[in-house]
Amino acid sequence: MSSLGFECVNVRYGEQEALYAFTDQVKPGEWLCLIGPNGAGKSSALRAVAGLVPHRGIITVDGAPLFERSPRRRAALVAYVPQSPLMPDDMTGGEYVLLGRNPYIGYFGSETKHDRALVADVLARLDLEAFAARRLGTLSGGERQRLVIARAVAQEAPILLLDEPTSALDIGHQQQALELVDRLRREHGLTVVSAMHDLTLAGLYADRLALLHQGHVVASGDAAHVLRPETLSEFYGVSVSVHHEPDGTVVVVPRRLVP
Amino acid sequence: MSRLRASRAWWLPASLVVLVAAAALGAMIGPAGTISSANWNIIWNIRLPRVALAGIVGAMLSLAGASYQGVFRNPLVDPYLLGAAAGAGLGATLVFIYGRTSTSGWPVDPLPLAAFVGALAAVFVTYTVGASFGGSSLSLVLAGVAVAALATAVQQFLLLRHSEVIKEVYSWISGRVSTATWSDVRLVLPYVIASGAVLLVHRRHLDVLRVGDEEASTLGSEVRRVRLIVVIAATLGTAAVVSVSGLIGFVGIMVPHLVRLVAGASYRLVLPLSIVVGAAFLILADIPGRVLEHGSETPIGVVTALVGAPMFIFVLRSRRAVS
Repeated sequence: MSSLGFECVNVRYGEQEALYAFTDQVKPGEWLCLIGPNGAGKSSALRAVAGLVPHRGIITVDGAPLFERSPRRRAALVAYVPQSPLMPDDMTGGEYVLLGRNPYIGYFGSETKHDRALVADVLARLDLEAFAARRLGTLSGGERQRLVIARAVAQEAPILLLDEPTSALDIGHQQQALELVDRLRREHGLTVVSAMHDLTLAGLYADRLALLHQGHVVASGDAAHVLRPETLSEFYGVSVSVHHEPDGTVVVVPRRLVP
Repeated sequence: MSRLRASRAWWLPASLVVLVAAAALGAMIGPAGTISSANWNIIWNIRLPRVALAGIVGAMLSLAGASYQGVFRNPLVDPYLLGAAAGAGLGATLVFIYGRTSTSGWPVDPLPLAAFVGALAAVFVTYTVGASFGGSSLSLVLAGVAVAALATAVQQFLLLRHSEVIKEVYSWISGRVSTATWSDVRLVLPYVIASGAVLLVHRRHLDVLRVGDEEASTLGSEVRRVRLIVVIAATLGTAAVVSVSGLIGFVGIMVPHLVRLVAGASYRLVLPLSIVVGAAFLILADIPGRVLEHGSETPIGVVTALVGAPMFIFVLRSRRAVS
């Protein structure tokens, strides 16, 4: 299990500051969910960790600066599931998941027996064996999303970043994907950082929520603390009612303004 | 997965058989008659160098085309994408206009040298310009379009002022292996072997790049370095074969596509198969040109398009009907 630290991380696109002085310590095995309106800086925080945007400040894994490591070593520590993964139609599911082994293969090397066995095992445990020989172009959105998660699992990184993992899925596949992440988190002790739009699902699965607004963290804590009508109204400009279920689930329901 | 690979494994030996058959055919057929009537001198000094050079050129252009398609993630790309053809064409044009008399005392033929240098220079300019705009594959492609347009414009300007060489230049552009000698083969072979070895080493990297620059980099690939190495290797090999054979078009796009249709899209298979199929295709494409017209030969670049394009359309259609 690994921790992920942000120390005063800034991301800017030209003049536009997308993430400002983001400081957080994600504990080993914790699931942190970043929420906030579009353009709040959620994706920027994830993309900074993934090395896809330049940042200032320090990102650490287990206290050691992540970006002092080689790209391959970083890929062995952090797996990233993008919002809309590029999945070649003519690649098979097995080939796709095998790409997760890339960080462990030398420049002149190729996959070992161990890599192939591990991928076969991941496919079996995630109940995806049927898709190993299928071409990605023939699969549904939910099946593809599970394969993307399987690729991240094959990467064997202790930290998993998920950018809007459920935005393209129906409610059943949303639950399926998040249950899968939750199960993997418990089995492997993964540390998860996700960005999500669905506040109820965010509160349901994450240990902790951080609400971002214009690049700043404006609220952080558990669902009951962050998901309050007045907070959401202030930063999303939305009118909601928040219900607390007996089991602790916080349900956020938009209110219709004109009856 | 293993069953899938087993079913595809026979394509390599099968295509090798086709290559050997093509080479044998290439040695037997010619204006001087088939193998029984033609003497050994004709076969060894005229036909076999042709077969060898056609094979090398076809293999190199197909391999370079497949590699370019991989690093630019675009199936419509050929090895001339970054300006290699336009640069080589300009270099050759300059020699046809200015070089024929002034360089007659040179120890090496200036034509291949100028084409080689022109191709490399054009791609170098493209890469430098593209890198200054961030070095993404799109900025490289756009820079390539600009560099090719510039080189072609200069070439056309020069040709209009020196219309006496137009026929020679266009004959060169159409491509040919008909004048091949063993020394041509010796000239290009080292470049092609070096380029081919480097490209084959990167076939797994090309598979990683299929998920895009961003995701490949989150999987630990150093995308720009891989792209730079592949482009350098593919360009070097392309420039070498272009310098002796002219601009043979279509092979670099068509052969990798044929290979993908039968063997799948993984570059681990596409690259080695493109070498073998590309060699066989160009050896075969060189045969009709020898016998179609008596006395003058149809350029091989014309044959590759004339024969290749309908064949390509036919294969695409029949493949679509199956799937």
